[in-house]
Amino acid sequence: MIDWKRWFIKDNAAIPLLAILSGLLFGAFVMLLGGFNPIDAYSHLFRNVFGSPYDFGETIRQVTPLIFTGLSVAFAFRAGLFNIGAEGQFVMGMTGASIVGVLLEAPWYIHAPLALAGGALLAGLWGGLAGFLKARWGINEVITTIMLNWMALYLSNYIVRAFLLEPKQQRTYLIHDSAKTSMAWLSELFGSARVHWGIFFALLAAVLCYAFLWKTGQGLELRAVGHNPHAAQYAGMNVKRNVTKAMFIGGVFAGLGGAFEILGVFHYQVIASASPGLGFDGIAVALLGGNHPLGVVLAALLFGSLSYGSAGMSFGADVPPEIIRIIIGSVIFFVASPGIIRWAMGLFARNRKRKEVA
Amino acid sequence: MQQTKVVDMRGITKRFPGITVNDGIDLSLLQGEVHAILGENGAGKSTLMNILFGLYQPDEGEIRIHGKPALIDNPNTAIRLGIGMVHQHFKLVQPFTVAENIILGSEPRRGFSISYREAVRRVEDLSRQYGLNVDPNARIEEISVGMQQRVEILKTLYRGADILVFDEPTAVLTPDEIEELLDIMRSLVRQGKSILLITHKLKEIMEIADRVTVIRRGKVIGNVAKAETNPSQLAEMMVGRSVSMAIDKKPIEPGKPVLQVERLVVKGREGAPAVNGISFTVREGEVVGIAGVDGNGQSELIQALTGLRKAESGEVRLMGADITNAAPRAISETGMGHIPEDRHKHGLVLDFSLRENMALRTYDKKPFKRYGLLDYAAIDKHAQELVEQFDVRCPDIYTQARALSGGNQQKAIIAREIEKGPELLIAAQPTRGLDVGAIEYIHRRIVEQRNKGKGVLLVSYELDEILSLSDRVLIIFDGQIIGETRPEETNDRELGLRMAGSRLDKDAERSHAG
Ligand SMILES: Nc1ncnc2c1ncn2[C@@H]1O[C@H](COP(=O)(O)OP(=O)(O)OP(=O)(O)O)[C@@H](O)[C@H]1O
Ligand SMILES: [Mg+2]
Repeated sequence: MIDWKRWFIKDNAAIPLLAILSGLLFGAFVMLLGGFNPIDAYSHLFRNVFGSPYDFGETIRQVTPLIFTGLSVAFAFRAGLFNIGAEGQFVMGMTGASIVGVLLEAPWYIHAPLALAGGALLAGLWGGLAGFLKARWGINEVITTIMLNWMALYLSNYIVRAFLLEPKQQRTYLIHDSAKTSMAWLSELFGSARVHWGIFFALLAAVLCYAFLWKTGQGLELRAVGHNPHAAQYAGMNVKRNVTKAMFIGGVFAGLGGAFEILGVFHYQVIASASPGLGFDGIAVALLGGNHPLGVVLAALLFGSLSYGSAGMSFGADVPPEIIRIIIGSVIFFVASPGIIRWAMGLFARNRKRKEVA
Repeated sequence: MQQTKVVDMRGITKRFPGITVNDGIDLSLLQGEVHAILGENGAGKSTLMNILFGLYQPDEGEIRIHGKPALIDNPNTAIRLGIGMVHQHFKLVQPFTVAENIILGSEPRRGFSISYREAVRRVEDLSRQYGLNVDPNARIEEISVGMQQRVEILKTLYRGADILVFDEPTAVLTPDEIEELLDIMRSLVRQGKSILLITHKLKEIMEIADRVTVIRRGKVIGNVAKAETNPSQLAEMMVGRSVSMAIDKKPIEPGKPVLQVERLVVKGREGAPAVNGISFTVREGEVVGIAGVDGNGQSELIQALTGLRKAESGEVRLMGADITNAAPRAISETGMGHIPEDRHKHGLVLDFSLRENMALRTYDKKPFKRYGLLDYAAIDKHAQELVEQFDVRCPDIYTQARALSGGNQQKAIIAREIEKGPELLIAAQPTRGLDVGAIEYIHRRIVEQRNKGKGVLLVSYELDEILSLSDRVLIIFDGQIIGETRPEETNDRELGLRMAGSRLDKDAERSHAG
């Protein structure tokens, strides 16, 4: 059984929570500076998330890809790799799903899974490539994944334009109905919000991610490589294979996120001038979630709600939605500098001690 | 004469979850003395020193520095109070020069820029004053471990420390370097510094300490003046029973070869051969010791034998099977156990729990893995057995390896490697950082391997250890085996001379040839 009290006292829960609080306070401060009413703004934000079934459903839609990209970054991180490439892998996932969804025809029980698998595989290879380059020649994965992000954007645009383009449109043909992963009844339940199968797969992915890392021998290997590659090598583990594998699996997670965006939400892919940014947000999600699957799910919930709710803030309280990026940014800042939080937490305890000494 | 107390720790208590590590400890350091702290692995010595240096906060008790109550809440406070600590694991920036490392964090400034020349001058002055002999312009990565330690000492002096804490400073040093360090300490004391010294080596205590405080399981057992004690009394105080270093080694006739090494060549870090055509054999029921000064190819030899480094040429056979350049796992499964030289780099994943570390080499084998899933019940049982059998002191098997004391980390590795039941055990510096009681136990286990008919290859810089455990001793110099002897035919002085004296022979040969 988990000793909740001890778990909570430990940094891993207290710091993110205090960081969120500090981030919200900082956001309020910025709003005050800008002459807005933060209480009004936050209550509109809250209402926009929980106000109607439709909004709630759309929030879930917003959260889903963040869980996937968050898992992607967290998983690679557990193997000691900094996957900046979730963005590019996400785009490759969208592209793979579009290719299968548009070009193929099959019964739904084959088509949808195949489209998902296509996106996941393409993204996995995209991530695995960075892993391979690191394993084989020691090329830093931060650099390769950043480059691969750009390559993914332009390659997918090329694929869309050359093979999938609907004439006179800036997007692909619609995917076949058999490839869609929308859920009609669920969608109706949420006032026809675009919720889809993805959320269940995202939660399942989080569970599998946890089970793989902490319950299997391969997961133990991966974590050992992440913590101390020298000891892993000494213990007989294949460090290079694990590096490639971790990046491949990380890519699969991000790719599933991208595939579900196509198959469940948009049903087509556009020629994009910039990539969607959900992969980059995944870095923030993983960081706030302490690179733990459960933490990732919670952090994705928070960030997804904040970004969806920010629309309500601008309608209701006239606060520019960009404020929400400031809040998210400052939450990340506080998480990434736990020293500040600990210092603040320590102030109280220390003052007491000082008095005792005096 | 009443000497002043520079440090006065009273009733220090420190608890970690599930364990009281320091239990009402009183410790005082007098002006100008060397005060040794002696205690078993995990007794709480490092913790106590970390409290003094502000790395941990005590739960109870008070600290007075120069008679004034002090709240040392972080190392900066400690430094301001004149306390300097030389950690066992150095904290130096490898590509920086000595001087840069020393001034890091308190750079001498000229306007906005750092005056490097000023820094070099001050480092040179300090180095001369205390006889440290350090070149301020050398890069850390180019200098020996002993020199790096002096840089750490200089760092504390540069910041104005007059209370110096050394945590097991000699564990990483060669015998010569130890002598030099003791000289440095004498010179420090002569110039008014006071020293707290943690060490497991009774010989060093008898040589340099003025007083000794003995700690057992977090409590002070006694405080004695060096002049009124002797090594065996100290050992007994510390362990709670009498310790015998004599080893019961029945003569055995060695059996079939276990390890055969033929003309092995291994490149070192700079690309030149570090191991240069070494051949030898280890047989069943035999401990073969490799004696030599640090840096003569021992590390590279072991890494090549265990698959961690590529051999350029030559052949290695284990139980008759060719394992030259095989993967570490294949070698391990052919029947090799390996107690690595560097326990933090190779031996443990410090962020893993103890139970995971105990299964680090066998997690994908039978009782631990079923249907691809780890069986934590089996892993726990295995870890628990090893911990009890080898007396690894820890709160529980779920503790992070990082939180174990240095000696207990070492015991955990030894437990894991011996328990595997290897045909050949390679033990590199197996007792580095262990207390005398633990050394006695580990030595017994190593000899027990031999008595069971297994082979043991022992590499150690401790000549006493080599001489008391080995059946045969190979002398390694400059990547080659330059001689062989038996413990009963030699002694540590002669062995020491042969390890270094060969250099003279060689030079003589060279000058003849030239
Ligand atoms: N951060 C920590 N959390 C939990 N337990 C700890 C922590 N640090 C140390 N301990 C425990 O405290 C005990 C004392 O450790 P300490 O490092 O002080 O021993 P030591 O006397 O220096 O031993 P050694 O001679 O082996 O270095 C050990 O049992 C260790 O497991
Ligand atoms: Mg210690």
